[in-house]
Amino acid sequence: MISGIAASSGYAIGHAILLEKKEITISTEKSSSISNELKVLEDTILETTQQLQKIYEQTKVEIGEEEAMVFESHLMMLEDPEFMNLIKKNIEDEGYQVAYAVQLASDFFVEVFENMDNEYMRARAADIKDIADRMIRISLGEMTDAMELPKDAIIIAKDLTPSDTAQLDKNKVKGFITEVGSKTSHSAIMARSMGIPAVVGVADISEILKGSKEKALTIINGFTGEIIINPEQSTIKTYEDKVKSYNAEKEALKKYKDIKLQYTTGRKVSVAGNIGSVDDLQLLLEQGAEGVGLFRTEFLFMGRNEMPSEEEQFNIYKQVAEKMPDHPVVIRTLDIGGDKVISYMNMPKEDNPFLGLRALRLCFSEVNLFKIQLRAILRASIYGNLHIMFPMIGAVSELDKAYQILRECMNELQHEGTKYDENIPIGMMIEIPAAAINAAEFAKKVDFFSIGTNDLVQYTLAVDRMNTEVAHLYDPFHPAVLELIKNTINAAHNANIWCGMCGEMASDVDATKILSSYELDEFSVTGSAVLQIKAKLLEQTNVKQID
Amino acid sequence: MYKDKVTVINESGLHARPASMLVKLAKEFSSDIKLISQDKNGVAKSILSVMSLNLAKGDEVEIEAVGQDEKEAVKALVTFIKEGCGE
Repeated sequence: MISGIAASSGYAIGHAILLEKKEITISTEKSSSISNELKVLEDTILETTQQLQKIYEQTKVEIGEEEAMVFESHLMMLEDPEFMNLIKKNIEDEGYQVAYAVQLASDFFVEVFENMDNEYMRARAADIKDIADRMIRISLGEMTDAMELPKDAIIIAKDLTPSDTAQLDKNKVKGFITEVGSKTSHSAIMARSMGIPAVVGVADISEILKGSKEKALTIINGFTGEIIINPEQSTIKTYEDKVKSYNAEKEALKKYKDIKLQYTTGRKVSVAGNIGSVDDLQLLLEQGAEGVGLFRTEFLFMGRNEMPSEEEQFNIYKQVAEKMPDHPVVIRTLDIGGDKVISYMNMPKEDNPFLGLRALRLCFSEVNLFKIQLRAILRASIYGNLHIMFPMIGAVSELDKAYQILRECMNELQHEGTKYDENIPIGMMIEIPAAAINAAEFAKKVDFFSIGTNDLVQYTLAVDRMNTEVAHLYDPFHPAVLELIKNTINAAHNANIWCGMCGEMASDVDATKILSSYELDEFSVTGSAVLQIKAKLLEQTNVKQID
Repeated sequence: MYKDKVTVINESGLHARPASMLVKLAKEFSSDIKLISQDKNGVAKSILSVMSLNLAKGDEVEIEAVGQDEKEAVKALVTFIKEGCGE
């Protein structure tokens, strides 16, 4: 079985087209006429500029402004006097032909960028290589016209650069398969924008394909990462049905993307999304999510040997704020405990880490780390609509302490003359039963609640849902749990604050009816469930569309 | 020749967007303009040159211009950088 990393969801049945860049040999021989070479350079620059401009416009229309930006930066490099002067010097002083002159100039700058200590700058080296490659091919007359594609092409390549994908007739491409790459590779991002499946990291796919008939029938499963070459008839039928129902579902849901909903009482209801990384935001934006109800920040702290710096965290929070400036983005402070290993934090060995020094309690114990996270969020707050949310609070004294530390951070920033949103909304997770029962007290002190049903159910029913022996007892619809949820939402409304839910229950279509009967203000769901939940809400008798 | 110093205030330093805004501004002047920081220098009208300086927040950079509009060029660029390169 051939498989890789599922990088863009969907199914596709099509014909495999192997995209192989023809190897070009660049002659290092000196030119017989410098003036001739300079003329060729001039023509090359003109042709390259025209091509890039066309690709920029095309990409802007077909995919979007953001994806088109990369070609704008290529155009800027073409106008770079230092780059051009170096190429000219290689022609005039060294006597090389245009192709080699460009190669040398490219190598020079690529080396500078690849040695920088900044990941963003190192990635720019790829841009320089891309544009140099284009110029070299044009100067050698090697620029191939757009490939002739069948109407159901599945593009296979070792890797796909922005230039590679720009050339493709998007109407004919049904999926991508690459040998290298990750979920954040250019090809994965492109595939998600286009709404077609992509599987990356499939080692030796070009070798495998070379062994089959040209344009072999291929099936991509963008959910599991599976690839089937020359499938049997029965498999084809199965996937044809899958494609049909998936497309029908997607089409049907599309119409919910931009609508806004409210309860018949006039209270607004929104569907937001949960994210655990900046990349997760992409899916939310595509689905028209009305905000981020939970931004889990643990990824910033895990899998590394030292604490993430304030600067690093600030950049992440700023990015998210800027990408969703018109909707609330709720950032939850570090919610981690003894079940995970973090080398740079002092985490005692515990017999029961889930009832131990975790989340906010851990943050109180590692105050410096906590303050750095709060400072980073505060500094980023001026770039969008950020909210701060504290996890795992059981007692009002814990909330008070969190506020005290937050105020210290605000005072420090004020002293330093650093701007932040002074009115940044502060909320808390309701996940410890004590907080749900005493919700009325907490509602007076925060700007919003978000119910974390995953832990609320576990704590309330004393069930570890990871324990297969008792997992069947984990029931979000248990009357006691529903009672706590109802109480929490009512307490919030009585205090004129909003109440959201970010636990899994919010994403469950079977729970929509009861949650909307309680008039939950915000359903914060997994990215792929946004439209589904919106559709389900609209089915409720007490929910209607806002015109 | 005219020159002046200024400190970079952008949080993420002079990455692609502010750098390209800076280069666009520099190109409006006829003078040759150099950016000097620590022991490196770059050409203000070259995006690759400006980016390779890898200027971070807090870095001090000297703008040096030679030409007809050298004074205006330096003043404009210093103000531009002081105000965050349009970010």
